[in-house]
Formats: sequence, C-alpha cells, structure tokens
Amino acid sequence: MSFSGWGLVYRSQWNREKTEGAFISIVDSQGNSRYETLNYLQMHYFLRQQLKTQPLAALGLCLIGTFLLAGAFAPWISPSNPSAIDLPHRLAAPSAMHWLGADELGRDIFSRLIYGARLSLTVAFSVVACSLVLGTTIGGIAGLYGGVLDMMLNVLVMNAFLSLPGILLAISFVAFLGPGLINLILALSIGGWVGYARLVRAQVLAVREREFVEAARALGASDLRIFFRHILPNIVQPLIVQSAIGMAGAVLAEATLSFLGLGVPPPTPSWGAMLNDARSHLFDAPHLVIFPALAVMFCVLAFNFIGDALRDYLDPRTRMSVGL
Amino acid sequence: MPLLEARNLSKSYGADALVVDDVSFSIAKGATLGLVGESGSGKSTIARMVLGLIEPTSGEVTFDGESITKASTRAMRALRRRVQVVFQDPFAALNPRMKIADIVAEPLRIHRACPRSEIRPRTAELLRSVGLDESALQRFPHEFSGGQRQRINIARALALRPELLVLDEPVSALDVSVGAQIVNLLRDLQREHQLTYLFISHSMPLVRYLSTDIAVLYRGRLVEYGTAAEICESPRETYTRTLLAATPEIVLT
Repeated sequence: MSFSGWGLVYRSQWNREKTEGAFISIVDSQGNSRYETLNYLQMHYFLRQQLKTQPLAALGLCLIGTFLLAGAFAPWISPSNPSAIDLPHRLAAPSAMHWLGADELGRDIFSRLIYGARLSLTVAFSVVACSLVLGTTIGGIAGLYGGVLDMMLNVLVMNAFLSLPGILLAISFVAFLGPGLINLILALSIGGWVGYARLVRAQVLAVREREFVEAARALGASDLRIFFRHILPNIVQPLIVQSAIGMAGAVLAEATLSFLGLGVPPPTPSWGAMLNDARSHLFDAPHLVIFPALAVMFCVLAFNFIGDALRDYLDPRTRMSVGL
Repeated sequence: MPLLEARNLSKSYGADALVVDDVSFSIAKGATLGLVGESGSGKSTIARMVLGLIEPTSGEVTFDGESITKASTRAMRALRRRVQVVFQDPFAALNPRMKIADIVAEPLRIHRACPRSEIRPRTAELLRSVGLDESALQRFPHEFSGGQRQRINIARALALRPELLVLDEPVSALDVSVGAQIVNLLRDLQREHQLTYLFISHSMPLVRYLSTDIAVLYRGRLVEYGTAAEICESPRETYTRTLLAATPEIVLT
C-alpha cells in the first residue's frame, strides 16, 4: 500500500465543522486507488508528516511567514522611520544603532527592508490575483467554447503576448502610464496573465470532456454554472501551484522595475530601488547591496519552495526527490 | 403518437467515419426500447443525439411532437426537464468536488423547480426513493461504491420528474449482483412514475428483461427492430442470433 497524493475537498462555507476536510488517495498492492477522508486530527498529523518529508516547504513557509509578519506589522517592528534622513551616519556599517547599516542618506536599512517587504508582498499578491482573474476568464472562455473563439484567443492573443518578454511589456506600460503602485501592478499583470490563461485553457479542455460535465449539460446547466461549479473546482490544484511560483516571479519583477526606476516612486522603500541606490557604493559600502539582495533572494526562494512542494503534494506523478 | 421518435438519424465524423447510419425508431409512452449492440456500434452516439448533446448530421429526433434537433435554446431548456439521462460510468458522472446534496439538488436549482426551502426535503426524498438514506447527503461521491453512485445518478435524473429516461449502459460498469439490483430499481421506478425508457446495453438478457421493444444495432445500422417477444423468439438476422446465443440459457422444466 502506498500513498499517492492528497487534496482539499471543496467545501461549502456553512458546514465548516464537518470532518470532510481533506482526502488522501491510496494505491494498494493491486494498483487500485481509493480515497480516504481524514478528520482534522488526522489531517494535522498528516500535514506534519508531509512537512517532515519536505523540509524545504517548511523552510519556505517559515520565510514567507516572517516576511508577511514583517510587512503587516512594519510600523511596530521597524526600529526607526524608514524615510528618516540622518546624514552624519550616511553609509554607516552595521552597528547596534543601525542593525544592517545605513544608506547614502543615512536611512536605516533594516527598517527599509521591513517596509520593502510590505510593498513586495502587496505587489506579489495583487499581481497574481489580477493575472489569475484575467487568465482564468480568457483561458476559460477559450477552453470552454473552443472553435473560432479559441483560435482567436489562443493563437492570436495569447501567442502575441507570449512572444514578448513580460518584463519588456511591463516596462513599456509603466513608461507609458507613469510610475505608481497601481500602474506597477497593472503592468506586471499584463505580462503575467498569459501563463495562467494557457494553463486554464489546457485544464478546461481536459475536464470538459469528463462525463460529469456532460451530465450537467444534459441537466440544462448554463455555461457559467458548468464553469464555476463543475470545471473550476476540478482545476484549482495546478492553479494554486502556478500562483505560488508566480508570486516569486512577481517579487523579482517588482524589484527589477524598481531597480530601473519604474516602480513605486521614492521615498516608499522598495528592495529594487534600494539596490539601485546602492549601485554607486558597491565597493565602499557593500552592505547596501547585500541585504536588499538577500531579501529578494529569500523571498523568491521561499515562494519557489512552496510552489514546488505544493506541486509534489498535489500531483505525485511529477514528484522529485528533495534536493538542494 | 409515440413519445420519442427518431427519423433517419445519421451521424458522421468526417467523410469516412459514419458512426450512425439512417436509424429510425419510436418509443410509445410508458414503453421501454432496448437498444442493443456491441461496443462501437453507435449506441452512445444515438443517446447523445436523443439528449440534444450532439447534432445529428442528418435526420431528426422528436419528443412529444417537438423537435429536439432543431429546438431553440429556450425550448431545449424546457425539453431537458422532460428528458433525463443516466450515464454508463457512475464514477465519472458525478463531480468529485460536490456533495451528494448538491449533486442531487442541482437539477432543481438549475430549473428553479421548487422553492429554496423545499430543496433539502426533496433531495432527501429522492435519495430514499433510490434506496439511500439521508446520511449520504453530506458526503462526497468518492465515499460510495459503484452501485450506490449509480443510485445517486438515478436520483439526480429523477429530480425533475422527467417523462423519458435515457439509460446509457447503466449497469455495465457494475458487477452482476449490484447491476441486478439497479435494474430492478429501474423497473420499480418505471412502474411508480410511468417512465418511458430508452435502455442502451450490450447485454441481451438485460435488454430482454426490461424492454417492450428491441432494436439491434450493428456498425451504426439498425439490423433488426421489433417487439421483445418477436426478436427473442424468432430472430431473423444472424447477428441477432449471435447476440442471443452469446447468453447461456438454462431450460427449467
């Protein structure tokens, strides 16, 4: 008997207290698979076991948890105002006063990193949310209706977007609309939705042939009902994985745009902008570069760990051994 | 007037893939037409054309005098309340992410067939009528056996009190004893609700047991069509004889 995968059962909100929280699928020695429902106690035990076999996922979760807490409670955690200029201490090395040193205007790097987490995570979640909505809509329409519509959306629109590097699109978009948080999110979503649209389209094509969709159609279900009630709940797993990995991309893209001066305008602290400011002091004050770079790296790494672990849980066929 | 009539129904996919070739049949109200044939003979294609899920290449299906083939979206919606289906694979026909309560209630919700407060008692009643109890409502399809799932499928098909039920090999995925229970359930339900059945199967004894009329399908063509007694007692075609001979028979005297 071997364990082959697990998933969360789609639940209605009004019966949260029910025990049908999750199921695992088990393959026995004859190769038959069956599902078993877990109650919450078993589920917690099971998740703990999974985290033990996937230490990287646990690490990723811890890192993201730290970043989220830092972002959420930035005003209370940060030792000083991230925009407070303190020229006597400009380019100060890490010390008790400035834990990670101070930048060329004497601003506290640690505080700026904490506030930067706020921006990076806001951008990451918003960009993934926007791309997901746009991608699901367009990919869903293409997959569900097929035919000429699919041809137009898939061959013309999606391929056109895919042929341009996302960051180039984002740069031109921000250059056109001007910098700002909303424009940044829009710009990155415009480059990012295609991946989700492709994924949703392919998944819809696979699920819509299944008999329960045909049964719903025979019952007279509308296309909207078929999509939201029957298809979408059956394709969320790959979407969750893609979203987690997409977050990493969004954090990196935000840093890139800020580095190019196309992100959120100063004095809002941003990891990318901090890197840009530090460029001219690369050799005389390397801590200006190292700490923001580490922040970006750990954030991207954490999202990637979580994404990979989720993929391994949800789709055991592509499982790879844990490796560093 | 027959309740369901198919006239010169053909379906082809491409030039040289004629799946259904000029098939005509009719079912009187309350009767059961058994459609027999080996796999690949076009049985399921006919079922899907009757349900209006795919368009025939030529020919027409009429239900109670109304054309299913040429129905407008609105007319089709009304027709769907009167024609329901039970699919072959009970594992694939239920959405794995929905609770039984939602699955069985779905037709009621789609057609707003009853007030909101009535939905819950109605679904419980439907489940009881197919031999399941209320505890099933809050569970998911994967927690049930094949036979139980087929009962859920039948409950869903009956929710709108249809007149015609298309049974697309409802028991072929089940083992024999469970299949027999389902067949008996179908028989009882037919009596109780005056249902008309289009019963599709590859098994001659099953068809013989349930049907008043039998149509034998071979490579998309109707090779024999008549009342159940005629076909079973004096089959004219060799193919029908082969099908009948494929079932061992014990003569009890």
